[in-house]
Amino acid sequence: MTEELKEVVEEKNNQLEPLLEARSITKRFPGVLALNGVSLKFMPGEVHAVVGENGAGKSTLMKIVAGAYIPDSGEILLQGQRVSFSHPREAQLKGVSIIYQEFNLLPERTVAQNIFLAREPGKFGALNVAELNKNAVSVLKEVEADQLISPTKMCHSLSVAEQQIVEIAKAISFDSKVLIMDEPTASLTLTEVKILTDLIRKLKARGMAVIFISHRLIEVFEIAEKISVLKDGELVGTVMTKDTTPQEVVHMMVGRDLDHYFPPLGKPEDFGDVVLRIRNGNNDFLKDINLELRKGEILCVAGLQGSGRTELAQSLFGVTPFKTGTLEVSGKIRNIKSPPDAIRLKMGFVTEDRKAEGLLPMQPIRDNILLTVRTLQPLFEFIFKDGIRSSRTLVPTLAKQVDLRADTFDREAQFLSGGNQQKVVLSKWLSTKANIFIFDEPTRGIDVEAKAGIHDMIRGLTKEGIAVLMISSELPEVLGMSDRILVMRDGRIAGELPAKSTEQDIMLMATGHTKDQDANNNASEGKE
Amino acid sequence: MTTSLASENRLKRIFRSANIPPVYYFLIFVFLFSGILDQFLADGQIFSNPLIMLNIIVRSVALGIVAVGQTLVLIGASIDLSVAFTISITAVMSSYIMQGKTENVPVAIAGVFLIGIVIGLINGLIITKLRVNPFIATLGTGLIIKGIINASFSNYTGSVPQAFEYFGYGKIGPIPVSIIILFLVVIIGWFILARTKFGAHLYGVGGNSEVARLSGVRTDRVLIGAHVLCSVTAVLSGMFLVSLMRSGAPWVGPNGFYDLNSIAVAVIGGTSLSGGKGDVWGTLAGVLIFGILSTAFNQLGVNPYLKTVFQGLIIVLAVASYTIRSKKEAA
Repeated sequence: MTEELKEVVEEKNNQLEPLLEARSITKRFPGVLALNGVSLKFMPGEVHAVVGENGAGKSTLMKIVAGAYIPDSGEILLQGQRVSFSHPREAQLKGVSIIYQEFNLLPERTVAQNIFLAREPGKFGALNVAELNKNAVSVLKEVEADQLISPTKMCHSLSVAEQQIVEIAKAISFDSKVLIMDEPTASLTLTEVKILTDLIRKLKARGMAVIFISHRLIEVFEIAEKISVLKDGELVGTVMTKDTTPQEVVHMMVGRDLDHYFPPLGKPEDFGDVVLRIRNGNNDFLKDINLELRKGEILCVAGLQGSGRTELAQSLFGVTPFKTGTLEVSGKIRNIKSPPDAIRLKMGFVTEDRKAEGLLPMQPIRDNILLTVRTLQPLFEFIFKDGIRSSRTLVPTLAKQVDLRADTFDREAQFLSGGNQQKVVLSKWLSTKANIFIFDEPTRGIDVEAKAGIHDMIRGLTKEGIAVLMISSELPEVLGMSDRILVMRDGRIAGELPAKSTEQDIMLMATGHTKDQDANNNASEGKE
Repeated sequence: MTTSLASENRLKRIFRSANIPPVYYFLIFVFLFSGILDQFLADGQIFSNPLIMLNIIVRSVALGIVAVGQTLVLIGASIDLSVAFTISITAVMSSYIMQGKTENVPVAIAGVFLIGIVIGLINGLIITKLRVNPFIATLGTGLIIKGIINASFSNYTGSVPQAFEYFGYGKIGPIPVSIIILFLVVIIGWFILARTKFGAHLYGVGGNSEVARLSGVRTDRVLIGAHVLCSVTAVLSGMFLVSLMRSGAPWVGPNGFYDLNSIAVAVIGGTSLSGGKGDVWGTLAGVLIFGILSTAFNQLGVNPYLKTVFQGLIIVLAVASYTIRSKKEAA
C-alpha cells in the first residue's frame, strides 16, 4: 500500500514541473540542527500541508523558502531556476509570499495603505490616493472580497478573518505563485475558517501552490491534497491526504499513537465534595451560568471561539466578576470581585496567554514562582523573615513537584521552553496551596512531548484533591482529559456531556443542533 | 416630514461616521469657556477684539511650527527632546551671524538650517544606527547643545536687522506673516503625512517597524528623515522667536518649554506616543487650545498658574478620552 502510494506521488511529480522545490536543505542554529537535508516539492494548483510538532523545523523551512533565513546548504528552485533570497522582499518580488502566524498589518492604517505599503503608486515621492484605493479594490476583487472589505477601512476595525483576507490580498498583489500560510486558522471561528478555506480553493484553482502549516489536522485533511510530516528537522514522509488518516499522520509526527498520551481518567471514588458552585451567574458576557466543580475531578469547558469559555474562567476568578448569581466556595457563599479575592479563596488561574498574563519574562524563575504567594504576605515581613527561607526551601520543593528542571532558579523565565514556562506558572499557584485550578488552554503552543507532561501534571493535581476546571479548544484534549464536559455556546452553558463522549457530540452541542438544547432554550425562555 | 426625519438621521449618521476626534471638542470647550470668562470678567472686550483673536494665533506660532515636526517623529514612534535647545541655538546663532546687518541674513538663514539638519541627522543616526532609545538619545543631544550654547553665550547676542523682523511683525493685508508661515508649515506637514510615500512609510515604521521592514520600507532612512524635518521645524520656530525678540538669548527654547509642550499638544491632538497614529490637524487644534488658554488668561489677569493647571488637566483628559474611545471602537 505504501509502495503503491509512493508510486502515485512520484508519478504525479513527474508529470508536472514543481513550482517550488527545496533540495536537501540543511540549517544549523547554535546547538541545534534545525533542518537536516530536507527535500520537498510544491506543485502548482495544489495545497500542500506541512505538519509536525513544535520544533520539528516547519517554520525554519518556511522562513528559508521565503527568504527570511539563508540555508547552510541545499538549494531552492523556483520554476526550475535556482534562486537565493537574501531578504523576504526579494522572495516576494519573485512570487513567493508568506503570511506569518502573527498579524502583519498596521492597525491604524487603511486596508489599501496596508496592502501597498512600500509600493504606493505615485510619482516623485507623492502618493496618488485615488490610484491607491483603486488598485486595492482590484486586488480585493481578485480574492472576491471587494464587497466585503472597503479599501478605506481601518484595519483595526476588521474581524480576524477579514484581516487575514487582507493579508492574502497583500500577498497576491505581489503576483504570487507560491503562498505560504503559517497557522492561518489558529484564531478563527468555524465560519471564518470556511471563508478562508473557500478562498484557498480559489487560489488553488488559479494554479498557485499553497503551503499550509497547521496544527489542526481536521483542517489539514479538509483542505490539503498532500501532507508532508517533519520531525526533528527531518522529513518523515509525504502522503496524499486521500490515502491516509489523521491517526497515521499523528503517528508520523510523534512516532506513537494519539491515544497514548493522556493519563487515565479519574474514578468515581476519586471525586469528593463540591468545592465550587455557581448558580444563575450573569454578567455582560455570560447568561444563566450554573456549574459545580468537585474535588479531584477535571471538568473541561468546550465550545467554539467566542462562546464565552475564557469569559467563564475570568468571571470565576474575579477578572470580570459575575453581577448576579450565588457563588459558593467550599460550601460557603462567597463574593469574588477581583483576582485577589479569588486567590485568598485558594483559587489559581493559569491563563491562556502565558507571555502576556502569566509570566514576568525578565524576572528569574524564583521571583515568578513567589509572585502570588508574596501578595498574600504583609509587605515588609515577607522580605525580612520569610523571604529568605521561602526562596531557599519553597521554590525547590515546588519545582520538584511540577518536575521543573532548571540549572538555576535565577534564570530569567523568558529563556525557558514553553513547557517549562508553563511549569513555572503552575508552581506559582501551587505556592498559595490553591485547591481550585482554572486552566485556560494549558497546552497551546507547546509541543507534543511537553503536552503529555502537562497533562500528567494536571491529572496529578487531582490526585492531591485539587479540583480542575480546564478550558480547551482542542477536542482530543478535552476528550482525553475530562471527567465531565461542559459545552458553551453564546455565553451560556449549552449542556453537559459525560467522559468518553465523542467529538461529534461536542460539536453538535457547541453549534446548537441538539434536541436537548432546544428544550433547554424553551425552558429558559419560559422562565423569563 | 419624512424627508426631515430622513435628513436628521443622515445628519446623525454623518456625525457618527465622521468620528470627530476628541481634541476638537476640547478646542470648542476651551473657546467657549474662555469666552464666558471674558464676558464675566471683562465684558467681552477680548473676544470682540479681532486683534487679540489674531494674537492668539501669533502666540501659537512658535509652538505650532515645532509641534508639527514633533508630530512627525512621534508618528514614527520616536521623540525629540532636543527641540528646545535647537530653538535656542538657532535664535542665538542667527542674531550672532546677522549682527544687525541685512546683508548677513542669507548666510545666517543658511547657517541655522544647516545646524538644524545636522542636529536632526545626528539624532536620527544615534537612534537608528546605535539603537539608543529616542528619549535618551535626544535628551543627550539636547544637553550637548545646551552645554555648547551656555559655554559660548551668556546673554543676548547680536541682533537682527529690521528687514528680518518682518517674519515676526510683518503683515500681508490684515494677516500677520507669522500666521501664514504657521499654516504653510501645517499644510506641508499634512501633505507629507497624507500625500507622500515618505508619510505612508513613516506611519508604517511607527506602527510596526518589523512589518514595515518586511514590506520593503527602508525604516532607518524614514526615521532619520523625520528627525531632520523635526529639527528643521525647530529652526523655523527659533527664527520666528529671534525676529520677535530682535536678539537671540540662550534661554528662549527651554523657557518656552518647547520640548514638552510640543509633545503635549501633539498628544492632545491624538498622536500616539507609541507611534503609527496621529495627524497635524489635531496638533494644530492642541496648539490653539494652549494659545487660547494663555491669551485669555493673560488678558483677564487670572493667576497664570491656574493656566498651567488647566493645561495639565486638558492633557490628562484628552489622552484619557482617546483611550476610552479606542476601547469603544474595539467593543
